[in-house]
Amino acid sequence: MSEAFGIGGRLPAAFMNPGTSSFIDFLAQVNPDLLPGRRNLPQGDSSHLTPDATTIVALTFPGGVLLAGDRRATSGNVIANRDMDKLFRADEFSAVAIAGSAGIGIELARLFQVELEHYEKREGRPLSLEGKANRLASMIRGNLGMALQGFVVVPLLVGYDEPRGEGRIFSYDPVGGRYEEHRYHSIGSGSVYARGSLKKLYRDDLSEEDAALVALQALYDAADDDSATGGPDVHRRIYPLVDVITDDGHRRLPADEVAELADTVVTGRSQRPDGPTAPLS
Amino acid sequence: MSMPFYVSPEQIMKDKADYARKGIARGRSAVVLRYDGGILFVADNMSRTLHKISELYDRIAFAAVGRYNEFENLRLAGVRYADSHGYAYDRRDVTGQMLANAYAQTLGAVFTESNKPWEVEIVVAEVGDTPEADQIYRITFDGSVVDERDFVAMGGSAERVTSALKERYDGEAPLATALATAMHALSHENGERRELEAASLEVAVLDRAREHRKFRRVQGERLNRLIAESRASGTRPEESGDTET
Repeated sequence: MSEAFGIGGRLPAAFMNPGTSSFIDFLAQVNPDLLPGRRNLPQGDSSHLTPDATTIVALTFPGGVLLAGDRRATSGNVIANRDMDKLFRADEFSAVAIAGSAGIGIELARLFQVELEHYEKREGRPLSLEGKANRLASMIRGNLGMALQGFVVVPLLVGYDEPRGEGRIFSYDPVGGRYEEHRYHSIGSGSVYARGSLKKLYRDDLSEEDAALVALQALYDAADDDSATGGPDVHRRIYPLVDVITDDGHRRLPADEVAELADTVVTGRSQRPDGPTAPLS
Repeated sequence: MSMPFYVSPEQIMKDKADYARKGIARGRSAVVLRYDGGILFVADNMSRTLHKISELYDRIAFAAVGRYNEFENLRLAGVRYADSHGYAYDRRDVTGQMLANAYAQTLGAVFTESNKPWEVEIVVAEVGDTPEADQIYRITFDGSVVDERDFVAMGGSAERVTSALKERYDGEAPLATALATAMHALSHENGERRELEAASLEVAVLDRAREHRKFRRVQGERLNRLIAESRASGTRPEESGDTET
């Protein structure tokens, strides 16, 4: 980082002026090449250059919110990666998951993490959950040029709203439109099937463990009907990832805990391949 | 034609250094010391929002005494430097040494180039995976860096505070005892014995056991509890009989 030092090795003026609390705005001044979405790409669709991240589900439960994702990344009909991590801890009380162009999405998620932490360190207090959601919206909007060339990324933001004492879910469209979702939501290629599953299994009084079970059932249903979504891989022992956020902060469920829940789902499906049924009336 | 006065370079530097030292000594002290679970920062600070101690990065914190606007400027620059380095490479690649160097270069350049030196003294501390890997750097107004082993006191009557700290310092002590040591040292300020209360203390730790970001402020109820605990542990800061020499 030679640009970090000015004449005589001192930190250059850009580092010292009071300026902005946004890391992205700061980076745009001193090192714009590091920012995603600032590159000039040739015309035409180049989206085959990076694999696609697929299905994400999120649901709230009393006192928190849960986020889960499958592990598969695909390039066309090829499985590009079997054990990808699409969930990112954004800060103590929020997490973000990505679907769409994986390369761009991972970069955006990393930048979002730094952006939140930078703000918190500079201002001495974290952004509100709404503030985080709006910040992410403007980052997605900044990626619009790339999205038009096929590199579409849509994130799903979940967080625990401390003043309100509840978990909340925000979804986005590729132009940066921000939508608050209630109770549950799903994004990615298998989201249609996952959402149908969530709709039937969701209850307002789920415990944290039951919420994890619902998420795993929904991901199973997505993998069942969408070839780009990976189901639980019992032989390789690759299971979905589950993040939980409550007033205690962010926590990733330990792998063996998820494995146990996933085994319950898989065993249940061996009896009833279409999964649990909902009452008719 | 009038002759300009000749002032020798030695005299200029000496005047600048005296000026900076005086400015720094006007404020109140801050101490940084190691305890069994990490590094403890304690500053005598009446304000609850204008901090002397802050987080720079995952395992690195910053403490400063002197003029607020000047060290606040350094803090912001450090946060920016650490965040952009960590984003360009990896979070593990941001080190306390790197930040100490950047600060030393900056303060050194300001001291030699401008008429008014900055009246600040800062500490950059990094908590390691093991106590041996802990690093504490003290950077003074002229850009000199001192690699401190165990503890640092700065600002106010730093010498008195240092000798009080030396008497009782124990790197293996638990947090409550370390806080008692720090409060004992800070109460020696200005040759008077002051009663320190939670309201006038700014306390933070770099806690080795924490995940992700190791920095944590100790304030409010938690600080009251810790002070009560440190008084109960037998080393009452106001109790020890010795007086100033």
